[in-house]
Amino acid sequence: MSEGLASARRAQVEPSARLGEEPGPGLNRLPLSPNQRARRRFIRNKPALGSAVFLGALLLVVLVGPLLCPYQPELSYAEQFQPPDAKHWFGTDVHGRDLLIRVLFGARISILVGVVGAAVALVIGVSWGAVAGYMGGRLDGLMMRMVDVLYSLPSIIFVMVLIATLSPMATSWLSRVPEPFGSKLAAVTPLLFLFAGLGAVSWLTMARIVRGQVLTLRTRAFVEASRSLGASHARILWRHILPNVWGIVIVYLTLSVPAVILYESFLSYLGLGIQPPTASWGSLVAEGAGQLHPVRIYWWLIVFPASWLVATLLALNFLGDGLRDAFDPRSAEN
Amino acid sequence: MSKLQGQPFRLTGLASPNRLGFARFKKALNAYCAGKLLAANSALGMYFLKRLLFLIPLLLVISFLAFLLMHAAPGGPFDRERAPASPEIERAIQAKYHLDEPVLKQYGRYLGGLVQGDLGPSLKYRNHNVADIIRQALPVSFTLGSLAFGLAIGLGIPWGVWMAVRRGRWGDYVWGLLALLFVCVPALVLGPLFVLIFAVHWQLFPVALWESARHAVLPTLTLGLFFAARVARLMRESMTTTLQAEFIMAARAKGVSESAILLKHALRLAVLPVVSYSGPMLADLLTGSFVVENVFQIPGLGGFFINSSFNKDLTMLMGLVLLYAALLVVLNLLVDLLYQVLDRRVKYE
Repeated sequence: MSEGLASARRAQVEPSARLGEEPGPGLNRLPLSPNQRARRRFIRNKPALGSAVFLGALLLVVLVGPLLCPYQPELSYAEQFQPPDAKHWFGTDVHGRDLLIRVLFGARISILVGVVGAAVALVIGVSWGAVAGYMGGRLDGLMMRMVDVLYSLPSIIFVMVLIATLSPMATSWLSRVPEPFGSKLAAVTPLLFLFAGLGAVSWLTMARIVRGQVLTLRTRAFVEASRSLGASHARILWRHILPNVWGIVIVYLTLSVPAVILYESFLSYLGLGIQPPTASWGSLVAEGAGQLHPVRIYWWLIVFPASWLVATLLALNFLGDGLRDAFDPRSAEN
Repeated sequence: MSKLQGQPFRLTGLASPNRLGFARFKKALNAYCAGKLLAANSALGMYFLKRLLFLIPLLLVISFLAFLLMHAAPGGPFDRERAPASPEIERAIQAKYHLDEPVLKQYGRYLGGLVQGDLGPSLKYRNHNVADIIRQALPVSFTLGSLAFGLAIGLGIPWGVWMAVRRGRWGDYVWGLLALLFVCVPALVLGPLFVLIFAVHWQLFPVALWESARHAVLPTLTLGLFFAARVARLMRESMTTTLQAEFIMAARAKGVSESAILLKHALRLAVLPVVSYSGPMLADLLTGSFVVENVFQIPGLGGFFINSSFNKDLTMLMGLVLLYAALLVVLNLLVDLLYQVLDRRVKYE
């Protein structure tokens, strides 16, 4: 029901977008739902579609590639600083490790961090914003002031302070864990802290956006109608309000993945994120930058991880822009 | 007909009592308008004063949270010292820096100093005040930030206007692609690449350090190009929509030259999104300079921030966090003021 109303609303608001749709061959065709129209608009957007295909291929390569590759990321195989050749496609690094397999494993970490950050944005951000916007009043004020305070610092500074203070806390806690588990846990803690720190900031924008949407949606007639029929708050939120928000949530989710990947590479570059010997794209670029030498130029150490990082960021941004144009054509320019 | 109707009014207007009344009315009107203007201005002033006062509780909350967080963490700032000191020395050091007191008392002591502009001693760089270190490093970071900001605005706005004017032609696509590329290449990639190409290979610019004007070129480009591209993309969008507005059509119909339309009529409106973006941009410039200062070994605030978060230099970290928060609030306030000056339609309350 909310779907139908939403489509009616959209039709009313953007006649031009509707005129842009072809009526199709059939005479008595049903009008498309907003989601169907969004899908059509998205498929027509070639750069966005191409980016989606590229990202799918990248994911496949990153997941399957290491199985086909005869090397291990943390073992050395050759002389250090071998330029790319048939044996080591991306060359080798300072310890003679194969760069290709390190880039592939780094990609796993970088993508994982991005996905986790987006997941936190989805769960905490959406529920925080939805509750604040729906409840309104003092609770809304309190919840949004908390977001404001967290927003008042650049998020990366917040993450750095969080990681800098939490990690010693964790190491002292880990020293009390019995041994076989302790060292295993200690190996993954930097990663967990990265998740926690980036998750702590990634949901703020999402909460604001969702709150703004919910704030306008809750005054609409269909919400009033279902409230007068005796629906509970949870049901109204879940069945009537949130379905109207998902479109914009998906868009900002897609755009938050590259942002989180960028933060991660930033932190790892500065040495505060992923700790060696584990690598991510950021720390690989940092290793390459550390080998900048006036006499010999080990260009492959920078160019390969950097180009993967840039290509992924580009594709994610294209995808996010395409999704935004598809779900929210009013924001589309030109 | 109209002449006849106008006649008696003019005649009565000439009569002396009415004239006096008109002058009185004009005077009253002027006074009224001035009062209104003053009221509007003072309302605006009140708004910005309120915003400035909001800084105080904000800094209190941030400092308190940061203080608690840092004290909850085990391990002190002296753990990385080479030789383990004897317990007496340890206690003496703790006493000297008041690390043995309860947290709330330490916090109170810190706040007391803060009011007087004293951020306490650095726990890592002995014999140096945090305030002194900031005073030394801030100008460097500020120069770098201003140069990059200037590049972002000075390059980004013409870039975006150019794309909007060339919309749908090859120039638009090529420059648009370039802008997108720069938006997606982070500074940590761009910096080493610039060093590799311009400093190591062609040896046009120095590799690192912060001494002469030539040293500033690569860091400024690394930090500023990303923002220039962002500004260009924003500018292209807003310029495109502005050029479709009716007042532009009216200006064209009157025969105003195309360059005058762009620079006099459209630019003032189209630049507004860039103005409101410069608030978040300033925040990103602050943190973006961390990486740039790291790549080029520039002795700015970023290096101190990173080192102090490695070394658990609590007072240093706190001082820098508070500085960043205050800077951001004040800079955002300036951005809003500028917005108000450029766009009179905006009302703050």
